[in-house]
Amino acid sequence: MQEILNEFSSPQLSRKLLEKVKESAEKFIEKHGRRPAIMEVCGSHTHALAETGIKKVLKDYVNLISGPGCPVCVTEQKSIDAMIKLADGPDRIICTFGDMVRVPGTEQSLLEAKTAGKDIRIVYSPPDAVKIAEENPDKEVIFLGIGFETTIPILAVALQEALQKNIKNFSMWMTTKLVEPILRTLLDTNATKIDGFLLPGHVSIVLGKNDYQYLAEEYKIPGVIAGFEPVEMLSSIYKLINQFLDGRAEIENDYPAVVSDEGNPVAKQLIAKYFEPVDEAWRGIGIIPKSGMDIRGEFAEFNAKNRFQITVGEPRKTKCRCGEIIRGMVAPEDCPLFGKACTPLKPIGPCMVSAEGTCAAHYQYMRED
Amino acid sequence: MEERISLAHGDGGELAHKLIGDVFVRAFGHTEESRFDAALFTVPSEKIAVTTDSFVVKPVFFPGGNIGKLAVAGTVNDIAVSGAVPLYLTAGFIIEEGFKIKDLKEIAETMAAEAEKANVRIIAGDTKVVEKGSIDGIYINTSGVGYVEKNRAVNPDGMEPGDSIIVNGTIGDHGIAILAARGELGIQTELPSDCAALNGLIKNVLSEVDGVRIMRDPTRGGLATTLVEIAEDFQATLEIDDELIPIRQEVQGACDILGYDPLYLANEGKVIFIVKKEREEQVLKILREHELGQNAAVIGRVVNREKGRLQLKTALGTTRRLNRLSGMMLPRIC
Repeated sequence: MQEILNEFSSPQLSRKLLEKVKESAEKFIEKHGRRPAIMEVCGSHTHALAETGIKKVLKDYVNLISGPGCPVCVTEQKSIDAMIKLADGPDRIICTFGDMVRVPGTEQSLLEAKTAGKDIRIVYSPPDAVKIAEENPDKEVIFLGIGFETTIPILAVALQEALQKNIKNFSMWMTTKLVEPILRTLLDTNATKIDGFLLPGHVSIVLGKNDYQYLAEEYKIPGVIAGFEPVEMLSSIYKLINQFLDGRAEIENDYPAVVSDEGNPVAKQLIAKYFEPVDEAWRGIGIIPKSGMDIRGEFAEFNAKNRFQITVGEPRKTKCRCGEIIRGMVAPEDCPLFGKACTPLKPIGPCMVSAEGTCAAHYQYMRED
Repeated sequence: MEERISLAHGDGGELAHKLIGDVFVRAFGHTEESRFDAALFTVPSEKIAVTTDSFVVKPVFFPGGNIGKLAVAGTVNDIAVSGAVPLYLTAGFIIEEGFKIKDLKEIAETMAAEAEKANVRIIAGDTKVVEKGSIDGIYINTSGVGYVEKNRAVNPDGMEPGDSIIVNGTIGDHGIAILAARGELGIQTELPSDCAALNGLIKNVLSEVDGVRIMRDPTRGGLATTLVEIAEDFQATLEIDDELIPIRQEVQGACDILGYDPLYLANEGKVIFIVKKEREEQVLKILREHELGQNAAVIGRVVNREKGRLQLKTALGTTRRLNRLSGMMLPRIC
């Protein structure tokens, strides 16, 4: 298996593809007098493009813009404050993905709350939190459910397990996000010039290729579903630029080993069974109608928002530009805090915390001095 | 009923005496040096090396070793990479009430075996028992003493552009072995930790090769962090090549799934050498003849002695700067 995967990170293949990408990009630049602008939607792409050096080596050829694909980064500060505040109550165990623990809240981060004695546990999979609830019947176990369509089905699995096992002390605080509403918002508001999208491989396993047709049909913007190895990312960038050059706007599946036209029907059914679309607040953007998923009314007992009354004040105002960064309007280096007041050790905004955050990727992989 | 450690095993009384006799003296022996409250010995050199390290690994037993093997190898390696010959170790045990005596015996026996392999003696020790819940099983501190042989010292100041950076094998094995052994990640691998005492291997190199600039063992923080430290300490720009770094398929696979970077994963049986370019082939040959150096490889070069920085040459031919890891390495969620 690993031998097959190695093909996709093959240096020889990558270098050849890189030259082809540069050639096509030069044609585009000649024609339009500017670099083609491609937004990578997924935070894992942001990370991988920076780590492999693709972003740097293509700097003069392609404008690779990081999009809104890092789950904690797009979460509004007030929601983050509310989730951190949950830890304050007695007899509670807060379970969370690792990305959340160092995200700064207005008062403290979950890691600081943990250091001060609160029971906060990093889990790798939401069903692990159900197990913790089972083992600690005298405690309220709350899972912080953030994430896009990749994560939402696993949250549904956790809920299903809690239901089947009749576990009463488990609940989820959800601030999940959906890809289509945010892409539409970015395009409708003309946040930044985008010629095409590098579409998220993992999310597309659930959604499927057909779920992106609106980009091509309504917005006339091409998109290519991409994998995460250097060869895969370069191939998808190449296909996008060729669409620009041909004047085509199509959705291409360049990750066919795992992405189908229809997506994963089981995952989609799970989502629909337990969750329903709700209005969600996005960092720097505000509320986008029906842009997230929360627990359906019939399972309301598992909704931590019903179980716990949390009130938070207005978030602390900082000069952090995460809100503009996730929309691709500015680069991390344009933020006055980047690399100075805000570093991964002392992050001010979430984009500096998550490994998928644009600021963290730039700080870790693209900083020169 | 299974025998377990009780608080009385640490109170200095009869039970404590019995435990020391049954477990530690049986494993480590009662040597000539250990007749007094402090161990007395002579060293064959004016320049001695001293180091100490505490071990709190979780889980205590893992594929390829246990906390005891780690405690011996870790301290032996710190002395050896400093260019010294390790001679003696001390071992302090802090044990949680309820810990199985069978497990303690196994740990002590592993320590004795690893010490024998590394040709060092454990000559002083201490045992404390604490209430259940106040620690997680067992913690071990080891201190080590060694000496520097004449004309065998390493010479970091001689480092110059073109010098070769060499590692004795695959990186990240210990990090992934421990993560998998914790059982929290849902990955299963029989990949053993690389935990091993390296002084024999290092001795082979030092006794035949002049022109070794520096050695370090890339433990916590991994290869990248250790090289950043060398770069900063000696004002050198170091470049390593992504394609040359030996990484096991299992380690790379686990990293791909979990979002870890093998360059930052812990190693417990690896040593980085920076050597004169002309000695590169000779060092590789010596390393590959040793069981702990089969996969030895040149992974990069010293670029200059102007700026203290580490850079990585990527497969695409670009270079990017490698920094210390900031904060915890967190697994990705989507």
